[in-house]
Amino acid sequence: MLERMQILMCGGTGCLSSHSKDIQREFDRVLTEMGLREEVKLVLTGCFGLCEKGPIVIFYPDETFYSHVTVADVGELCEEHVLKGRPVERLIVKDPVDKTKIKNFSELKFYKKQRRIALRNCGNINPADINEYIARDGYAALGKVLDSMTPAQVVDEVKRSGLRGRGGAGFSTGTKWEFAAKSQDNTKYVICNADEGDPGAFMDRSVLEGDPHSVLEAMAICGYAIGAHQGYIYVRAEYPIAVERLNWAIGQAHDLRLLGQNIFNSGFDFDIELRLGAGAFVCGEETALMASIEGLRGMPRLKPPFPAVKGLWGHPTNVNNVETFANVPVIFLKGADWFKAIGTEKSSGTKVFALGGKIANTGLVEVPMGTTLREVIFDIGGGIPNRRRFKAVQTGGPSGGCITDKNLDTPIDFDSMVAMGSMMGSGGMIVMDEDNCMVDVARFYLDFTVDESCGKCTPCREGTRRMLDILNKICEGKGTLDDLDTLESIGYMVKDSSLCALGQTAPNPVLSTLKHFRDEYIAHVVDHVCPAGVCAKLTNYVVTDKCIGCTKCSKNCPVGAISGSVKQRHIIDLNKCIRCGACKKACPVNAITSKPQPKEEQVNG
Amino acid sequence: MKSLEDLKKLRDQSLKTMEMRYMNGGTRIQVGMGTCGIAAGARPVLNKFIEATSAHNLNNVVITQVGCQGECAFEPIVEVVEKDGTKTTYCKVSESMAEEIVEEHLINGKRLDKYMLSAIKR
Repeated sequence: MLERMQILMCGGTGCLSSHSKDIQREFDRVLTEMGLREEVKLVLTGCFGLCEKGPIVIFYPDETFYSHVTVADVGELCEEHVLKGRPVERLIVKDPVDKTKIKNFSELKFYKKQRRIALRNCGNINPADINEYIARDGYAALGKVLDSMTPAQVVDEVKRSGLRGRGGAGFSTGTKWEFAAKSQDNTKYVICNADEGDPGAFMDRSVLEGDPHSVLEAMAICGYAIGAHQGYIYVRAEYPIAVERLNWAIGQAHDLRLLGQNIFNSGFDFDIELRLGAGAFVCGEETALMASIEGLRGMPRLKPPFPAVKGLWGHPTNVNNVETFANVPVIFLKGADWFKAIGTEKSSGTKVFALGGKIANTGLVEVPMGTTLREVIFDIGGGIPNRRRFKAVQTGGPSGGCITDKNLDTPIDFDSMVAMGSMMGSGGMIVMDEDNCMVDVARFYLDFTVDESCGKCTPCREGTRRMLDILNKICEGKGTLDDLDTLESIGYMVKDSSLCALGQTAPNPVLSTLKHFRDEYIAHVVDHVCPAGVCAKLTNYVVTDKCIGCTKCSKNCPVGAISGSVKQRHIIDLNKCIRCGACKKACPVNAITSKPQPKEEQVNG
Repeated sequence: MKSLEDLKKLRDQSLKTMEMRYMNGGTRIQVGMGTCGIAAGARPVLNKFIEATSAHNLNNVVITQVGCQGECAFEPIVEVVEKDGTKTTYCKVSESMAEEIVEEHLINGKRLDKYMLSAIKR
């Protein structure tokens, strides 16, 4: 029987961890019981990007977008929507901005401003079925390249497209391919860097889970361009779903002879194998990554020689990031000029950002380069929840810096990010509001790099450790103004003298918060106060005279430290208070603060 | 897979099963599938529409089900909504009528007045 309905369920890691697999099983069971199973196709897709609303289920052809679906809802969905054609209102996604229910998912503001190129198939196709990728013109780019282009033309096309590495540094992909193509050697390699390690970044995982074939196809194109016959995907073992789907994808591509020997009867051979990383952040650095593939400790080495000259096992190697590869097939299908026309002059195409932190729509968004942060955070991201004010956004993870509200309207591309004192990085975007302490944020990232420093070079190994010691001291209220200067000078020293990009960028979160939020550091060391109320030893909550006596704070206090009667200003007993901040979150009028108050106010505190 | 031609063939074949996800702005066929519609036999009619449109390779047609429209005595009711919003409401549709509607209305562009609700409900 022909299907009349397709139900797409998100099979990304986010939704799978909230039981989308069980939901699929339940649909299968209920529909079979109702005798409708043959009329309905169930598809487990890749990530839809709107992870905040997961598990997500979409009904076609109606395009009904259901959010937060549970196994218990499946019966109702089958009974009402599949059988009777009545959408289940209560599960239909709400637009986070104006709270209206959205029936047709292309109406969602979240998707309207996006332009999905790298994520073109994520959430649209079944990643476990190569036919669905082929239906979306998959492998047509590889066919075209092998059929009608010389390797030099391929390199030239990528160069003309203006594609730049999406992994962080933003180096021209075409130029990189050209270097590798020019190196003389019978053995060359293509590596896909899928060692995504930035806290809060998960676009590479989503591409691998939702559209693995796009990466395989692009690697084969790259292999043809530079003269390599073997590719490796270095993927983290912590991404089991990505690994599983990549294995399926490689197997299916072999079955259809889209990988292996004599692809498209062109005489070109290309094969891909997986190499699993153990999750060391430094292995995202290409020389460390290659050392790890060779079975050595994942440590970087000096460049030059660059991998394009002397890479894996001493042979010329081209390393590109997952998102970069995902863009490549589209460039050949639609042409370099088409790609070049998207984005800004020096950064063409789109960029995927992983929105996280204090934002309504946690998830993945892909926008043309040159979109402003305001559009990304407020229009697509839905803004800051809980009536809080935007403070800053940390981009580029532990290698980047923070961007404040004065730069919200700057169009973002590789160069403007650097000019703002941050970097594009892999595209993690952690949004922070007034409840985030910037000293604590800097400490968090530095704590991460101290852990992940491989220890090969001294500035990174020792310098970051000393910086962390100082930050810990400041957070405990034992810092001095001199410490801020020391922090800065060690920071610049580590930046200038470290061996690899990990150390060269590790001080960035500290230096950029010192630059933009020096007053917060000063409040910590001079006034011994943490204005955001995060550092427990420096937080003294006070109820100000804005208090309306609603008693919400005292009801929410886990230790009963707040007293006061209805319509009277409440008082916090600081001896009992554990500085958890529950009262501050509960207060409807923002009357509870940890900022220093004039003397007479503190009497009540 | 030997050539681009092979790939194209496989693409067209695979695309057929996925079209539902990429249709925008085509003709919609809405089959009333409230309890009344189902009881009057809307399900085989719906399936007939799917079969017939597929057999004729009609790409830009969405077949979907809707709830009861209040004319339960005239079920199964099928509405054909054109791109420009014009609606034609057919009632008491049977499987053979479904085939006729596809051939006459969708392909030849002739509305079948004799099956329309306005004609039958007098």
